[in-house]
Amino acid sequence: MPFSTYLAKCPDCHEATEEELLVQLDDVLADYASVPGALIPVLQITQAIFGYLPETALKKIALSLGKPYSEVAGVVGFYSFFTTVPRGKHLVRVCLGTACYVRGGKEVLAASKDLLRIEVGETSSDRMFSLDVGRCFGACGLAPVIMIDDDVHQRVRPAQLPKIFDQYRDNSATDDNGNGESD
Amino acid sequence: MIVETTHGSLTFCSIEPGSGLDSTLERPPANALGRIEASGLRGRGGAGFPTSLKWDLAIKSPGENKYVICNADEGEPGTFKDRVILSDFADLVFEGMTIGAFVIGAKRGIVYLRGEYAYLRSHLETVLRRRRAQNLLGKKIRGRDGFDFDIEIRMGAGAYVCGEETALIESLEGQRGEPRNRPPFPIDTGYLGNPTIVNNVETFAWVVCILAKGAKWFNSIGTKKSTGLKLFSVSGDCSQPGVYEFPMGITVAELLKEVGGEGAKAVQVGGAAGQCVPAAQFERTIAYEDVPTGGSVIVFGPDRDMLRVAENFLEFFADESCGQCTPCREGTPKLIEGVKMLQQGRCSMHYIHELCSLGETMQLASKCGLGQMAPNAFLSIVEHFQDEILGRIGK
Repeated sequence: MPFSTYLAKCPDCHEATEEELLVQLDDVLADYASVPGALIPVLQITQAIFGYLPETALKKIALSLGKPYSEVAGVVGFYSFFTTVPRGKHLVRVCLGTACYVRGGKEVLAASKDLLRIEVGETSSDRMFSLDVGRCFGACGLAPVIMIDDDVHQRVRPAQLPKIFDQYRDNSATDDNGNGESD
Repeated sequence: MIVETTHGSLTFCSIEPGSGLDSTLERPPANALGRIEASGLRGRGGAGFPTSLKWDLAIKSPGENKYVICNADEGEPGTFKDRVILSDFADLVFEGMTIGAFVIGAKRGIVYLRGEYAYLRSHLETVLRRRRAQNLLGKKIRGRDGFDFDIEIRMGAGAYVCGEETALIESLEGQRGEPRNRPPFPIDTGYLGNPTIVNNVETFAWVVCILAKGAKWFNSIGTKKSTGLKLFSVSGDCSQPGVYEFPMGITVAELLKEVGGEGAKAVQVGGAAGQCVPAAQFERTIAYEDVPTGGSVIVFGPDRDMLRVAENFLEFFADESCGQCTPCREGTPKLIEGVKMLQQGRCSMHYIHELCSLGETMQLASKCGLGQMAPNAFLSIVEHFQDEILGRIGK
């Protein structure tokens, strides 16, 4: 089943309890049990469901794919997209690839740290943003770039950052209100 | 999706989807292979291995379940042409993979798409669905009995080293993306132990153009050893960054003129793993036999501090080293230390020589391309920008 199908099934994933999410993980694992090389797609879907990779989920994955936990943890540790700690609602990644670097990527990173009041790898106290760095997002002609979730922002100047971050704050606020009303 | 500036008209625009495949299916697979061989096409990911030779080895390798893998793990700093190809010319890529499957006798294809390009996935899935509906993928493609082939998309998870073909295969198999020893090569022992061809996104697209327009058209362009056209991703200190199509064999100076980068003091060709070409050598040609590239061209203007550039490249490799072999894992941090000492004017001539010899050891002793290439930029900056670097000693 494609990735998006799992996400469509759980639009309110982040509101659900861990137990409910683990039930969803069972569905995923059932589908992937016999697929060769399933571990990485399963981890990607799991992270999309939980927002991160909790130990309970990793243990469950190890058991049902018949792999030692150490192997699963080794794969999780290898790839930079996997995280075992919860992240904020939005992930801000500042590109420090060479083209962005020469075009002022470091200044953009410094300004992002100041604005969000966090260091790289941390999450803001309102749990809205996490900050990370990237090594080339493949948008070097538009440098410097940052990625927020799956959106690429191009030719970013430090002065524009407050406005960019606010867009995501506003969107989140609308989402929360929307969910609140429907509940 | 990102709006990219593409300069001039690309050959890919003029190719009708389906045209390359139909002309291939009319004749036996060996005919298509012969035409690719005659074109002189070499791998567009940067390594420049002859495409027809790779495919021929996969044909001869025994095995029922052969695979066609498209390497869309475009992670080299400064490279973004594959993203543009996947956004605008996905049909050509899938068609090239289908032709590859027909030639080597594969039933399944996989696109390994880098995690940073997740936003391209739904577009690619849409194109795949349409191609299935048009009978360009699936069972009995174009009514041809026994020619079944389909493509799935698998996502990377943020590891530069997975652009190395054996690491990519490890990752597809659900493991850490640590490169394997070669040989055996993927054409013998690839995905799940089966014969597998791994080609770059752009290579597949050129295969279609060659079969549609003819091998002669392709090999009449470029140099003798590097035929045809190539897409370049140009960034850095130039007035017109973006994607360009140039013939192979173009000189660095000619390229700079086209992109508005005159006055540059150096150009990094081939990304972090490539070479830093100083202004004095701008007459060199971009070709496999001179300065090779996967397409990345980063222009450094007169005010750039080359030591900072070297530091940025080395930090990148230290981050992305898989940690498996010692020269790469331990060597990159040592070189970073050296660059910091140079910046502070605390590095003696003797120690610079030690660092260069460490770099050469890494080139020789690292297990995969990442470690072998990691010191390149440092070594070429030390070689070509001695005045700038040595000037800081003793300050």
